[in-house]
Amino acid sequence: MGKLLVYLKDYKKESVLGPLFKLLEASFELVVPLLVASMIDVGIANGDKSYIIKMCVVMTAFGLIGLICSVTAQYFAARAAVGFATRLRHELFAHIQRLSFSQMDREGTSTLITRMTSDINQVQSGVNLVLRLFLRSPFIVFGAMIMAFTVDVKAALIFVVVIPVLSIIVFGIMLVSIPLFKKVQSGLDGVLGITRENLTGVRVIRAFGEEEEEIQKFDKETDALKRMQMLAGRISALMNPLTYVVINGGLIALIYVGALRVEAGILSQGQVVALVNYMSQILVELIKLANLIITVTKAVACGNRIESIFEIPAGLEEVGAAQGEGKSRINGGGEERGTVEFDHVSLRYHSGGEEALTDIHFKAQRGDTIGVIGGTGSGKSSLVNLIPRFYDIEKGSVKVDGMDVREYSLAGLRDKIGIVMQKAVLFEGTIRDNLLWGNENASEDELWEALRTAQAEEFVLQKEKKLDERVEQEGRNLSGGQKQRLSIARALVKKPEILILDDSASALDYATDAALRKSIKEMPGETTVFIVSQRASSLLHADTIIVLDDGNVAGMGTHQELLKDCQVYQEIYYSQFEKKEGAQA
Amino acid sequence: MKGDNRNTKQKETLIKVLRYIKPYGFLMTLTILMAVISVVLTLYLPILTGDAVDRIAYIFDPSELSVDVTMIWAGLFGILKKMAVVVALTAIAQWIMNICNNQLVYNIIQDIRKKAFRRIEELPLKYLDAHAHGDIVSRVVADVDQFADGLLIGFTQLFTGVVTILGTLGFMLSVNVGITAVVVIITPVSLFVASFIAKKTFRMFKLQSETRGEQTALINEMIGNQKVVQSFNREGKILEKFDEINGRLEKCSLRAIFFSSLTNPCTRFVNSVVYTGVGLTGAFAVLGGRLSVGQLTCFLSYANQYTKPFNEISGVITELQNALACAARIFELIEEEAQVPDKADAVVLKDVKGNVQLKDVSFSYVPDKKLIENLNLKVEPGQRIAIVGPTGCGKTTIINLLMRFYDVDEGSISVDGNGVRNITRKSLRTSYGMVLQDTWLKRGTIWDNIVVGKPDATKEEVVAAAKASHAHSFIKRLPNGYETVIGEDGGSLSGGQKQLLCITRVMLSLPPMLILDEATSSIDTRTEIRIQKAFATMMEGRTSFIVAHRLSTIQNADVILVMKDGHIIEQGSHRELLAKKGFYAQLYNSQFAIA
Repeated sequence: MGKLLVYLKDYKKESVLGPLFKLLEASFELVVPLLVASMIDVGIANGDKSYIIKMCVVMTAFGLIGLICSVTAQYFAARAAVGFATRLRHELFAHIQRLSFSQMDREGTSTLITRMTSDINQVQSGVNLVLRLFLRSPFIVFGAMIMAFTVDVKAALIFVVVIPVLSIIVFGIMLVSIPLFKKVQSGLDGVLGITRENLTGVRVIRAFGEEEEEIQKFDKETDALKRMQMLAGRISALMNPLTYVVINGGLIALIYVGALRVEAGILSQGQVVALVNYMSQILVELIKLANLIITVTKAVACGNRIESIFEIPAGLEEVGAAQGEGKSRINGGGEERGTVEFDHVSLRYHSGGEEALTDIHFKAQRGDTIGVIGGTGSGKSSLVNLIPRFYDIEKGSVKVDGMDVREYSLAGLRDKIGIVMQKAVLFEGTIRDNLLWGNENASEDELWEALRTAQAEEFVLQKEKKLDERVEQEGRNLSGGQKQRLSIARALVKKPEILILDDSASALDYATDAALRKSIKEMPGETTVFIVSQRASSLLHADTIIVLDDGNVAGMGTHQELLKDCQVYQEIYYSQFEKKEGAQA
Repeated sequence: MKGDNRNTKQKETLIKVLRYIKPYGFLMTLTILMAVISVVLTLYLPILTGDAVDRIAYIFDPSELSVDVTMIWAGLFGILKKMAVVVALTAIAQWIMNICNNQLVYNIIQDIRKKAFRRIEELPLKYLDAHAHGDIVSRVVADVDQFADGLLIGFTQLFTGVVTILGTLGFMLSVNVGITAVVVIITPVSLFVASFIAKKTFRMFKLQSETRGEQTALINEMIGNQKVVQSFNREGKILEKFDEINGRLEKCSLRAIFFSSLTNPCTRFVNSVVYTGVGLTGAFAVLGGRLSVGQLTCFLSYANQYTKPFNEISGVITELQNALACAARIFELIEEEAQVPDKADAVVLKDVKGNVQLKDVSFSYVPDKKLIENLNLKVEPGQRIAIVGPTGCGKTTIINLLMRFYDVDEGSISVDGNGVRNITRKSLRTSYGMVLQDTWLKRGTIWDNIVVGKPDATKEEVVAAAKASHAHSFIKRLPNGYETVIGEDGGSLSGGQKQLLCITRVMLSLPPMLILDEATSSIDTRTEIRIQKAFATMMEGRTSFIVAHRLSTIQNADVILVMKDGHIIEQGSHRELLAKKGFYAQLYNSQFAIA
């Protein structure tokens, strides 16, 4: 939690002034028992009505000043807390955006979203409360003690005993319950997980008639959560009664000692009343504190959850970004432009795990079309994902325009590359908004040109509002094939040096797929194209086809060459063209 | 009118909440009892303190009383002892009350969650397909949680608050009527101030939660599709958009929080006015001999205690309203109409032969958009039926109907001569082995995921199934083999690997009929051919329905149904259909057209 507090640094003034004004208010509050005491000892004892009225006026005035201080304090505290949360949200979002793909895979999206939203909200209210109360409460408690000392040193010693005992109770309970609240929160994650799972997998669960088993599993999960909540609850339930006993024990002792001191003629009755009042001020303050401690405990637990995200180092290091950029500019016009080279590349996703790619070695020239084919899990996607540096490799080097991808800045590298993923994703907005992702400044003509190449022109024209047709979140209102074509067009708008199509035409029928490939081939400028596909027919005319088998290169060459010597390619090809074999020969 | 509506709705929700509390009547009574005890005792304490203070006065000046000092001391000790007992009892009562409240709340919300989850399992797919899953999840998780918080705070504070107010009033009246009047007259001012602020800030809070919703939607969309965002270098642009919303959120949060936090200082100011008022009138009363100094102390502490619950209650009421709003959302889900339950005399399918008949079936998802009309189909036991056609032609819909995920609008579907409405859902569905294009894996081990349909399978059976589906080789290479834990949505497994696991699942349970909806779409053709062989063995003697994009995978089907716009336009074997040179032949040839 502690490390998050740096985000308060822009609100130093507010974080200091807030509590300060709160303390000012508290000081006025602390004076009130003294006023009452003198009202009793002076006013009542002497029957001085005008003195009593004077005291009452002073008390009201103090109340008013207290009000002003308090309002000021609330304002500063709210500003600091809200500002803090805003900064924190910004930083966390930016941090999550920098996470690499493997880190995202490991964390899971749903928990990242909870941390961005509900956890930060909890922390915000926690900070707000701390600024307002956590200083005020100890101040009142210790202030009451000090005031008690000014009344009578001996009687005040009772406060010296009571306050440490109270602190031990309050902090002890907090210390025990923070880890419990953390567990409660993760129990909640569990309940959320199983609910989500059941909604996405409803068809499979029902097909296997597994409803009862799932209900039992859910019951088990909620039972565990309940037990955890009860345990946490039982511990915080001790807070009120314990503090009540300690304070009232102190009160009883105070009256006793007070009586002794009065007998000895050291204290007046009014002063005893003042002491009693101080003790009850502490009580009132502590009751407030106890109610708020749960909020703060939760905030700390949530803060730690957020911190654990910050502790994940931001994805990939951009080491030589600055110098690299310069070098690439020099290279930019050179003959290496548009080339992609894999120099004995090996990739492992988890240290210690299997190698996903082993010793990949090839070079693609500008304007080449490279086909990548292979079995399920053979590493096709892994291979193309290395070009925009979505993952870092273990051995070897990947070079774009003749320079190692690690020497680029990520933005500089990815600007050169247009990649279309297996899963087509669009975002809320209009079709135009989505296309402009590729290039903010693209003209109307350029957009239509990209759509034409991606075979999407026709259906966009059929939409009522053409380019300004709404796309719902994640493109729900479009069919799979339409989404795929739009996501291809989006990459084309970028006019990339290197275009990667990662099995991104799977929802298209064969005729459209063929037309798409043809129009990409005819695109002006010399774009280096990588096509990952399971259909051999999609790759027939590639300049080079890379055949992957279990992360190894099983063959490389043109269709004709591979058909001659590469056994894996033959198997793939004939599995799809059995019937036509005779016709082709 | 609108307000009335909301009120009655709130009342209804409240009644429903009470129904959930009912089973815990004992706990409820106990907690109320303990609340009364602890409040009354808490209020009794100032009287004792006042008494004690008065006795101190006599110690100071014993002449007023004609008893000697030791007697006074004895009396003081008596009072102090009494105080000790009262304090101890209060603490115990408070503790029991807290424990009861915990039990009550956590049991109730668990009941509600379980009920909600049960309802999810029973809801028709029509509902689940049409509602955003995120929303349902947030009802089960976030809303129930909010409700719990509100309920807990509501229980403790509202109740003790009311008892405190009433108790204090009683005690004060018993001591002095005049000063009580002062307190009673001034206090409502604080209530008025509080409710005025609450009303003003309600709109600000609403704006805040709307802005939050907007932000969450953006986060959801962008973090969910991080890869695309990164590949387009859009992080900066999106951060800008995020910051724009974030900035608006900051502004409206600040307003909402600041203005609502005014309640406390304002009411505290009113309190201090009350306090001063009591001090003033009390002091005069003491001078007039109508009150003792001890009683004045007691009054002053009452003045503190009496006004406090008023501040809290205004907060509690917002909290409770919020809780009720959340409860209403959960109840909406719980009360959603479940699927028609199985008939009492529904048949349990046994030894299914695989006779499937669709008779004059019509169906549509939305009333005015007919999808399937007058569909007729008769399938003999052991036949392989392939369904092909362009996207959106109704292929998947037929599967939804066969599995009775949806009920037909008109016509009937029967298995072995029994209408599906007369068969228990479970026995109907487990008669089919289904592999879908959208793979679904649950959190747990690979093993857990394979044995879904046959929990008592032996190691040999599982391995045999995995070998048949060609999943064994990749499972073997995972760090912990079959015991490897996979995360949400299959975690780091590739699309094809996930599909292989789903196929293994069916290979293991070997149901009498099969449905394969694009079952091998993410698997490369080489592996596919091997799996096809295993499929072929499995399909031997089993009625099978196959939906596929790749026409190569369906050539061996006994009957191919070619669908277009909800109708079967062609029907026959591969050879017959090619010879016909119709729509199928066109589709088939386009597949091999080479650009």
